[in-house]
Amino acid sequence: MLRQKGRFVSGDVEQENWETLIIRVRDSGDKAAFAALFQHFAPRIKGFLMKSGASASLAEECAQDVMATLWQKAHLFDPTRASAATWIFTIARNRRIDALRKSRRPEPEELPWGPEAEPDQHDVLELSQETQRLGEALALLPEKQRDLIERAYFGDLTHSEIAAETGLPLGTIKSRIRLALDRLRHKMS
Amino acid sequence: MTIRHHISDPLLMAYSSGVLPEAFNLVLAVHLSLCDECKARLGAFDTVGGVLLDSCETVAMANGSLAATLAKLTQPAPHVPPRKSNKILPAPLMDYVGGGLAAVKWRSLGMGVRQAILPTDKAATARLLYIPAGQEVPDHGHRGTELTLVLQGAFHDKVARFGRGDLEIANEDLNHQPIAEAGEDCICLAATDAPLRFNALLPRLAQPFFRI
Repeated sequence: MLRQKGRFVSGDVEQENWETLIIRVRDSGDKAAFAALFQHFAPRIKGFLMKSGASASLAEECAQDVMATLWQKAHLFDPTRASAATWIFTIARNRRIDALRKSRRPEPEELPWGPEAEPDQHDVLELSQETQRLGEALALLPEKQRDLIERAYFGDLTHSEIAAETGLPLGTIKSRIRLALDRLRHKMS
Repeated sequence: MTIRHHISDPLLMAYSSGVLPEAFNLVLAVHLSLCDECKARLGAFDTVGGVLLDSCETVAMANGSLAATLAKLTQPAPHVPPRKSNKILPAPLMDYVGGGLAAVKWRSLGMGVRQAILPTDKAATARLLYIPAGQEVPDHGHRGTELTLVLQGAFHDKVARFGRGDLEIANEDLNHQPIAEAGEDCICLAATDAPLRFNALLPRLAQPFFRI
């Protein structure tokens, strides 16, 4: 269930902090920053994996693995491309495919450049604001529709069930999609 | 290269949420390696996942969980060798083939058509198809979903023309007879989650043997 309180309505100050904390882990192996990320995200990852059908003990183990991967892959985190939560979601999803579905999800070819050392703060802020708007739009959906979207992301729907209309409010991040595309094209040229 | 046929929203959402068979994931990963537009759209679907994760009901971690995780960090990260790609095969495909086109273990299907099945989980089958320029692939329908991605050359069927990077999404409603365009042999990556249904007798007899 989407909660009304917390980051998505209270402003983006806190959200910026998660990205900053990952960058502190990346740049200086900051364990206090890691502990703060752990405290916020690990119980969410555990809840997410249990909704996906994992037992409490498997979800606990996988949530620890996901957080360990965050540490190990922090150098790949690019706050102009993904918020902290989005990036952590992709790690948790891959762990779920591996541990629960015993399957693999091959990744697309990596972009030929890595994250920039000094990300454009304007880009970071814009991404954060759009993510917040998407969160608000999702929270406002009729419950039935929101449940369907949640079940899809918890891995509870098959792809043919997803093929039926889920009505995602992606309009809220349309400019994000266009920006991401502009950026990809700009970098390639 | 202009890609005209893209990943549909539902398929992209299924890829983002991680519910697809491995063979479908592979086809989409190859398209995404070639298509900036779909890559940008995928970012939007991943953002939905991030929002849902962040607003997910929490379940308390076990006592000593942080310490246990910190202990794992003392082990070095597993070494991942850099991925390779070439002009025909993007990196995810080279990972599965174990090299370039020369490493593909083709098997003949007759009339110059060749295929190579790639190792994936059993929920769907991924294969490389080699169709000589101008050659028809036997007329077939589908029980499930078939994804076909062009790597070299082009083919057309009654739906449209598909060139490098284009993805055709076919379902039960589509009976089609793809024909490789003249000029260049066509190489495709295809994935199906049910056996194809050929409309002529002979290919149907050969079906169990060739696993198509």
